[in-house]
Amino acid sequence: MSAKRQFRIWRGDETGGDLQDYMVEVNEGEVVLDVIHRLQATDAPDLACRWNCKAGKCGSCSMEINGKPRLGCMTRMSTFGDDETVTVTPLRTFPVIRDLVTDVSFNYVKARETPAFAPPADVAPGDYRMQQVDVERSQEFRKCIECFLCQTVCHVVRDHEENKQAFSGPRYFIRAAELDMHPLDTKTDRKEYAQAEQGLGFCNITKCCTEVCPEHIKITDNGIIPMKERVVDRRYDPLVWLGSKIFRRGETPQTSVTTARPGTATSGSARGGLHSHSGGSHDPRAEAQAQRGVNWDREVPHPTAPAVDDRGRLPLTELTFDRAAAPSPFGDDVTFPLPPEHLNFAHPEQDKH
Amino acid sequence: MTTTTRIARHHYDVVVIGAGGAGLRAAIEARLAGKKTAIISKSLFGKAHTVMAEGGAAAAMGNVNSRDNWQVHFRDTMRGGKFLNNFRMAELHAKESPQRIWELETYGALFDRTKDGKISQRNFGGHEYPRLAHVGDRTGLELIRTLQQKIVSLQQEDQREFGSYDARIRVFSETTITELMLDGDRIAGAFGYYRESGEFILFEAPAVVLATGGVGRSYKVTSNSWEYTGDGHALALRAGATLINMEFLQFHPTGMVWPPSVKGILVTESVRGDGGVLKNSDGKRFMFDYVPDVFRKQYAETEEEADRWYTDPDNNRRPPELLPRDEVARAINSEVKAGRGSPAGGVFLDIASRRSSDEIRRRLPSMYHQFKELADVDITAEPMEVGPTCHYVMGGVEVDPDSGAAFGHVRGLFAAGEVSGGMHGSNRLGGNSLSDLLVFGKRAGGHAASYADGLDARPRVAVNAVEAAVETALAPLQRDTGESPYTLQQDLQAVMGDLVGIIRREGELADALVRLAELRERVAKVSAAGGRRYNPGWHLALDLRNMLVVSECTAKAALERQESRGGHTREDYPAMEPKWRQVNLVCSLDGDTVQLTRKPLPKMRPELIGLFDRAELAKYLTDEELADFDALVADAGEADNR
Ligand SMILES: Cc1cc2nc3c(=O)[nH]c(=O)nc-3n(C[C@H](O)[C@H](O)[C@H](O)COP(=O)(O)OP(=O)(O)OC[C@H]3O[C@@H](n4cnc5c(N)ncnc54)[C@H](O)[C@@H]3O)c2cc1C
Ligand code: SF4
Ligand code: SF4
Ligand code: FES
Repeated sequence: MSAKRQFRIWRGDETGGDLQDYMVEVNEGEVVLDVIHRLQATDAPDLACRWNCKAGKCGSCSMEINGKPRLGCMTRMSTFGDDETVTVTPLRTFPVIRDLVTDVSFNYVKARETPAFAPPADVAPGDYRMQQVDVERSQEFRKCIECFLCQTVCHVVRDHEENKQAFSGPRYFIRAAELDMHPLDTKTDRKEYAQAEQGLGFCNITKCCTEVCPEHIKITDNGIIPMKERVVDRRYDPLVWLGSKIFRRGETPQTSVTTARPGTATSGSARGGLHSHSGGSHDPRAEAQAQRGVNWDREVPHPTAPAVDDRGRLPLTELTFDRAAAPSPFGDDVTFPLPPEHLNFAHPEQDKH
Repeated sequence: MTTTTRIARHHYDVVVIGAGGAGLRAAIEARLAGKKTAIISKSLFGKAHTVMAEGGAAAAMGNVNSRDNWQVHFRDTMRGGKFLNNFRMAELHAKESPQRIWELETYGALFDRTKDGKISQRNFGGHEYPRLAHVGDRTGLELIRTLQQKIVSLQQEDQREFGSYDARIRVFSETTITELMLDGDRIAGAFGYYRESGEFILFEAPAVVLATGGVGRSYKVTSNSWEYTGDGHALALRAGATLINMEFLQFHPTGMVWPPSVKGILVTESVRGDGGVLKNSDGKRFMFDYVPDVFRKQYAETEEEADRWYTDPDNNRRPPELLPRDEVARAINSEVKAGRGSPAGGVFLDIASRRSSDEIRRRLPSMYHQFKELADVDITAEPMEVGPTCHYVMGGVEVDPDSGAAFGHVRGLFAAGEVSGGMHGSNRLGGNSLSDLLVFGKRAGGHAASYADGLDARPRVAVNAVEAAVETALAPLQRDTGESPYTLQQDLQAVMGDLVGIIRREGELADALVRLAELRERVAKVSAAGGRRYNPGWHLALDLRNMLVVSECTAKAALERQESRGGHTREDYPAMEPKWRQVNLVCSLDGDTVQLTRKPLPKMRPELIGLFDRAELAKYLTDEELADFDALVADAGEADNR
């Protein structure tokens, strides 16, 4: 029941590296992480790879297996064809440290920036009363094992280093959503904060994050979309949006809520009317950075917010969406192929090798 | 030469080694006391072993059954530990765990709720009432995430106040401590390396809290991760502290034994609490045959009574599947040895035929998920194959119950969580660990802070000690003649699994000691290929010496203790011996060799021992102790009559 199988594993560090071939024994019932451990014990004792629980509980063993971000300990070998080569690479969105280990500090930085739970001042410990139905919505998000697979798959940062500053990523949108839905949290501007400081506007609901989440958290449907809804009411009010189209550049009326963070006062004039191609950031630093790209003087279409229905809500759930697939990250009105001069794609560092 | 090696230096008031539940709670307390605190962890922040705890955290809040209180919890804990627990720790734990759990809610934790909106509590082996606060079956994740987020919130406060998140509390993730630094008999700091870069780091600090968890990696079938190499145990020994109860290891009765890749992963006890039963290959529900006399009164004798208990616990006795886990482990072991095991060498745990598929999925969501994804087993459709798995070490650093300060000849060293010993006696009840982490984590952090306050001069790290530590750390990389660390680990696991496993014999234990001595020679010459950057082979090579010394403690103590009690089962001494209950086996290090001494257990205070029935005590106490107890009761009776 054991057979030799072909593995290609990326070996190297931040200075470069390449895929190396290994023939390795695989037994029935094993997962990719087992095979990596076998390699460590035989051909490649210094092969770097994170893991802890081997049970899909700690979120350490994130890697890209045949190009798909997955947990090594939850990917059964039986899901591959008998003579299929299994290619294992490090998470693409984060800088490589060595082999399969990447520097995921981006996520911890974003975690630190997300405002913490604000307990009610007048409820003593032990007196918290909440109904199960009310905690369940937040509990869904607290299942998160911080594997950062959703962070690595999200196209907003996957090949766009320049967006990292302004964009917290799906993991931290659901953290904000979790607190927003917490029955006793006393901070009332979680949604606005997500929009203003976490870059929620960059997200155009492609649902790739939901697809890769090993905890099956409905990141988009239950987290991002409800977080967008109320903000959308204001920010993407169709009339205001129309209005913004006929103002001259630089005079775009700002409908976003203002930030409460001290020290980053943003002024309307610094903002300009251009948007990074991925969405509606209004962080001037991010804008400036974004524009250092290849063809950034091209005016990028305003992020296409999906049309709202008559209640001012997004008619979006996975069940009722009017298209078979997720909306195009390039905007729904774009047809392919794009003429090359319209491309504003900057080759990121990590694509060199 | 070593002098050219770059070493990053940091100064802190309190250094907490370990970022699991105990470490994080200790760090929070030290930071709240105003101390500059560092948290060090071998893995990433938020991934420590605590995430794996599933069942829940025991605290006598009485939310589900109002008859529960700290006295009942204390009694259960002592009973579970077969009266070998440090009674004071068990008492503090029972009294303080409800506050610690409630506190978590103010940090943002969301436990499952009862109908009236309180924290829901579930049944668990060994607990008289439903007592475990839980979140589905991912309680450990909730605990660690909550503490992690509390630390972030403290960092946000510091950011507002001082302009830096790291001003007063900083997390050093993927950093391993290899040595504690001493100034005479006082802690002066800790030395280690960044896993990422292989660069060295030196913390200068007057107080160190050990919260490094357990030792399970020395066993082949284990639920523990690579982190569990007994580092804290070994660091403490080398710094002059002592370990107690090292012979007591918990083998979880229901680890997965099939398929091979998931061998060792736990099936939570709540499967049994929620109606799962154990069957052998004949389809017999065998646990009824294994109820020990001490528990006879509380456990059902027929399947009918046992089944009624799930809906009417007040009028029926509990099913024997809910016996403390060592009893269950032993029963499974006996069944397997008698040839009634499953094909893979375990027994069957069946919930599929007892609860509806919907109910199973609702009550055990991550269990369901885990089995489906890992093993393609649908637990709602077929029974699971389970068997004993090394899970938890009761033994650990001998500490002062109130402060967590280590005994032995070292000052400034504190320990909390799985790395400390005494609280659980010879066997830990399910769910008592998570609350233990919180109760004693807080205490250790607080006392470390006040110890640091009380010093008039900061201890100094000696230069030659740092040089020696650097040399030891680099040695495996500079040798290319030795064996691979992976081979050595496998050999060590084989010795421990086969000879110092769940059922022990004198001859095998003696044999184990001989083999461990051989391994010691080989480990001293281990060599690791590759460089210093994130090199798991090198890391393992450095961990090996810790695993080895801790294994020696376990084997020595197991050979010495000639009785069976809790997590220590001797085939040649199958009975529990009241005389041995009065003895703790204390390990210390003399040069390189492990020394074993006997030490009497502290005597329980009258009002605590008075919580037990005489009939129950008779099973544990010596005749003299019983006479003392009778005198006590007589005195109390007189006082009442007066
Ligand atoms: C599968 C499983 C299920 C469990 N279920 C339950 C349950 O339901 N209820 C319950 O109460 N208990 C349960 N337990 C037990 C409980 O989870 C552990 O005992 C507890 O989490 C230990 O916590 P800790 O804080 O002591 O250490 P850990 O959480 O293990 O943390 C140890 C920390 O120390 C760090 N560390 C170790 N060595 C070093 C070093 N040399 N340098 C730097 N850092 C180091 C590690 O990186 C880690 O951060 C379970 C255990 C397992 C394995
Ligand atoms: S739905 Fe939004 S957050 Fe998720 S992957 Fe797509 S763009 Fe990123
Ligand atoms: S939300 Fe899901 S994919 Fe994202 S970090 Fe959490 S568990 Fe991973
Ligand atoms: S090792 Fe923990 S999730 Fe894979």
